[in-house]
Amino acid sequence: MTTLPRWADLILVPLISLLLAGVISALVILAIGQSPGEALKVMVDGALGSAYGWGYTLYYATSFIFTGLSVTVAFHASLFNIGGEGQAQLGGLGVALVCLALPWPHWTLALPAAMAGAALFGAAWAAVPAWLQARRGSHIVITTIMFNYIAAALLIYVLVEHLRPPTSMDPASARFPAGTSLPTLHEIPGLSLIFTKQVPANVTLFVALLACWLVWLLLWRTRLGYAIRAFGKSEPAALYAGINPFRVTMIAMLISGALAGLMSINNVMGESGRLLQNSSEGAGFIGIAVALMGRNHPVGVFLAAILFGFLYQGGAELGLWTAIPIELRTVVQGLVILFTGALDYMVRMFLGLFFRPRAAAGG
Amino acid sequence: MMDYATLLQILDSTLRLATPLLLACLAGLYSERSGVFDIGLEGKMLMAAMCTGAVAALSGNVWIGLLAGIAGSMVFAAIHGVASITFRGNQLISGVALNFVASGITVLVAQSLFRQGGRTPPLSGEARFNPITLPFADAAGSIPLVGPFYREVISGHGALVYVALLAVPVTWWVLYRTRFGLRLRAVGENPASVDTAGISVVRLRYTALAVTGLLCGIAGAYMAAGLQAGFGKEMTAGRGYIALAALIFAKWRPWYALMATLLFGFFQALALRPDVIKNTVGFDVPVPMLDALPYILTVIVLAGFVGRAIPPRAGGEPYVKER
Repeated sequence: MTTLPRWADLILVPLISLLLAGVISALVILAIGQSPGEALKVMVDGALGSAYGWGYTLYYATSFIFTGLSVTVAFHASLFNIGGEGQAQLGGLGVALVCLALPWPHWTLALPAAMAGAALFGAAWAAVPAWLQARRGSHIVITTIMFNYIAAALLIYVLVEHLRPPTSMDPASARFPAGTSLPTLHEIPGLSLIFTKQVPANVTLFVALLACWLVWLLLWRTRLGYAIRAFGKSEPAALYAGINPFRVTMIAMLISGALAGLMSINNVMGESGRLLQNSSEGAGFIGIAVALMGRNHPVGVFLAAILFGFLYQGGAELGLWTAIPIELRTVVQGLVILFTGALDYMVRMFLGLFFRPRAAAGG
Repeated sequence: MMDYATLLQILDSTLRLATPLLLACLAGLYSERSGVFDIGLEGKMLMAAMCTGAVAALSGNVWIGLLAGIAGSMVFAAIHGVASITFRGNQLISGVALNFVASGITVLVAQSLFRQGGRTPPLSGEARFNPITLPFADAAGSIPLVGPFYREVISGHGALVYVALLAVPVTWWVLYRTRFGLRLRAVGENPASVDTAGISVVRLRYTALAVTGLLCGIAGAYMAAGLQAGFGKEMTAGRGYIALAALIFAKWRPWYALMATLLFGFFQALALRPDVIKNTVGFDVPVPMLDALPYILTVIVLAGFVGRAIPPRAGGEPYVKER
């Protein structure tokens, strides 16, 4: 097979994969008797057609940046962390405990504390599967999936038995104090000119962008990042270079879990203002698609997160205005993972046909 | 402590709950022995459950439903094959992707067919796998200990429970006593040697995946028309992953797969009986804790008791023929 030029590898392969996923989704929509064109119009109008729609798209994208980075860091250590969902839910618990612990006077004080809580709880939830993988050789894919189910049960228990206010029937915590409320894009001077209505996207977006930069620094500009990537490329080689596999596995998974946990400052603290059951709503799983689509690079993750923010908000609009169930999102998500993660060789082979002549001329 | 009648009830539901796990576990055994990891057991079961639920509801015949379920599952097995054998993609990612696709598409199809919130209509009569009373079950009931065990636990299940139990010796025989089995075991350990002997690695692996699809199809059909009466969103609830854990626990061997899935089935049966647990341990165990129990125990089993579980050596690696 011909090697593709770098730009084709970085841009064309994900785009064609996306296109294929789109075509198959359109066929699915046709098969259930709906119009794909109409569906796309509803999605674009609802997610990108107004500042209000963008407010939702960016809100979802913020969550997906965190979970996408989480999967990315683990991927670089060649660990497949499917536990982002559970780690995000535990992160939400960390946020709730911090927010409810004190009568926070201002969000600038509450935010760093809540971030610490979210990261700590998310990392702790990733620590057990990481340790089991590193020390006992338990398959991390299966243990992290089991931990997602355990997290869901744990959250129900904590919410119903401990965090639920005595007068309430909902399995949800009490409202957080007013001082923990994060400014939304509508409340930030300057941006409020664009976002004239209240939107859920909030300052966490900027934290997410900062996280992108920090993850890039970590992976490509530090000794630890080098160890993670070396370990991910070849464990025997890393071992020979004096890299401790146990240490790298643990650290990579702790960072991964912390990043997944951090997404809950966006939804739990920034949006709902209390801890709800199933607060992460599958964002942990979307991180897998985002990381694959984004080619495991923070810039790619950012772009893919916006794309999935669009898909998520657009999919919600579909559920609202058309007969297409909201689960279409899950199908598209699965197809994107399939094409970008498992069938990329097929896409490359196809693209290779077009690049072959030039490669031959060059060689 | 629990009395004998309660124990029999729990063992009865153990067998019932172990059946989809056992079928999925054996399904995974074929694909992993051939060197293809299959995280997508969950999705295939879900797909089969929806196809069975829908077709059994429409036709009123559970056997046609079963065929539809097997077909649905095999389509997903074929896609997994194309991605991981033909295009040498990442097998874990392909499986995860197909699980998401299955999770969404089952609801989409069920909703567009029946408009009942993504469920299929409740099944009854000929549209379900009805209990079969084994010969002499009632007569044997009077024999102490063994009699009630035969009547309550062994007898009185849907046909697929016995199919699943039968699949264990059949799998053993196929694996260790047939030419296909020898080649299957070899291709999972060292595909190059199989290739050298002039046998197609690709064809062997596709065949193994077809068997995986077939068994997952039966498992899903049992979920929708045996264990429950109709398909519901995400009704497999992680059973595909628990089956994978059981497969590791069983170290990829059929008889041990039976033991492992019975154990996991027992965990699930216990989780359904808070009263028994309360009487046995002496205090109230919160319901969410019981819900989490099978998953927690799966992790414990994976962590502690497996010993050295060595997977088929070529597992997860696409085979590239030498040029």
